[in-house]
Amino acid sequence: MLSVRDIHTYYGDSYVLQGVTLELVPGQVVALLGRNGVGKTTLARSILGLTPPKRGTIVFKDVDITRMPAHKIAQMGIGLVPQGRQVFGSLTVKEHLQVTARGRGRWNFDRVTELFPNLRSRMRSLAGKLSGGEQQMLAAGRALVANPALLVMDEPTEGLAPMMVRELGRGIESLKQVGTSILLIEQQLAFALRYADVVFIMSKGRIVHRCTPAELAADAQTKARYLGI
Amino acid sequence: MAFWLIQALNGISFGMLLFLLAAGLSLIYGLMKVLNLTHGSFYLLGGYIGVAVVRTTGSFVLATLAGAFAIAVVGVVMERFFLRRFHLQELPQALLTFGFLFIFSDLAMVIWGSDPETMPKPALFDHSVQLGGFYYPSYRLFIIAFGLAVAAFLWWLQEGTRVGAMVRASVDNEEVARALGINVSLLFSLVFALGAFLAALGGVMGGPIVGVYPGADFDVLLLGFVVVIIGGLGSLKGALFGGLAVGLLDNFGKVFFPELALFTVFAPMALILAWRPSGLFGHE
Repeated sequence: MLSVRDIHTYYGDSYVLQGVTLELVPGQVVALLGRNGVGKTTLARSILGLTPPKRGTIVFKDVDITRMPAHKIAQMGIGLVPQGRQVFGSLTVKEHLQVTARGRGRWNFDRVTELFPNLRSRMRSLAGKLSGGEQQMLAAGRALVANPALLVMDEPTEGLAPMMVRELGRGIESLKQVGTSILLIEQQLAFALRYADVVFIMSKGRIVHRCTPAELAADAQTKARYLGI
Repeated sequence: MAFWLIQALNGISFGMLLFLLAAGLSLIYGLMKVLNLTHGSFYLLGGYIGVAVVRTTGSFVLATLAGAFAIAVVGVVMERFFLRRFHLQELPQALLTFGFLFIFSDLAMVIWGSDPETMPKPALFDHSVQLGGFYYPSYRLFIIAFGLAVAAFLWWLQEGTRVGAMVRASVDNEEVARALGINVSLLFSLVFALGAFLAALGGVMGGPIVGVYPGADFDVLLLGFVVVIIGGLGSLKGALFGGLAVGLLDNFGKVFFPELALFTVFAPMALILAWRPSGLFGHE
């Protein structure tokens, strides 16, 4: 459903993505791992149309989206849970779940609040006043109400308490059940290995390794070399 | 007592006109980070179109609508074809909008000449009403009521509608808003058009009080900036209270210290800047 073909992306003067190729099939959870600064977030930004690549193509649902405006890409069905949550400080929880709502798919206001019951009691609160964990649920919720076919999650567990990480995991599981594809950028190896079907490892702007979670768990050399573990 | 009330009402009604101007200035800055120096032109051109329409049709309502909608179109064209190229580039934007201010100013001079025009009051409000012990022109009362109605409408638009929530989301984080499917560039055009519309509305409605004359564009732009500096850029509440404050300061300043005219507006502005650099209702 998503096909990234040899993309080269620059961020200002720096040459960040140096030929990335990646395939994602429907319903798959792909974990994208790698050290800080290897280009994981830039890859997400390229897919989302925020930093289009200079060369290469990105195809989503058989449409070339390489240079499509970001909002159109989103409307085609790619959602984002951005790094650091980045909720809208001047919107209430309720407004978050309304403003990006789209389509008649599985996810609507009620379903999302069922999935993340914590949000229900905070409907009228401004998002800036929520705890970090609640903000993360909200960031996931506002992406879900758009009913994306592919959800890009950029370090969703960053700074979360263990209980909130578990709740987030439940969210990912129920997305998987309904066939939503997920591109999961993670630093927490255990979390990624638990939910991913496939693992891609990036280093210096390229994808250098592809394997299953089980293979990576057993491969101490790869972990040491690319993840510093 | 009557003197104070009359002067206060004069200041408040002028403040409402400034609010119409500053609301757009502030909304545009809040969303697009564009300091629109052409806003004075929107006011003046709206006024001129209003005068022309009222002369040919005799209808004040038609004049107001024509002036406001025509300038809204001018605003959309400016945003779509010029400003858009310089998104988030402050200096090119300042130069561009400054250039348009001069072009429109000269254009108005070519079309309407250099004599001041007066906009007749609408017949409905062309009289005075008795307020306690004095008579007061009903047109100015109408402007106060109208300004409050516009403020209420804008507040509802911003806080109570989905488009308003989209605008606030884009102000908070433009990139994430786009990545979540909000058409931010369409919002830019809408907000710019709305700002231009409001400024032109101020120009037409201010016609009977302030007059429509060459140089009004620069005069109101200056006051508009004082309003948003006092109130805080990007804040609707700031535009309203800033507008009222500047209207009152300007009016009482002219009454008591006519020789110090602008000083009575700028001195408080400087004080507020020193005390609260982002204005009374500004963020950050």
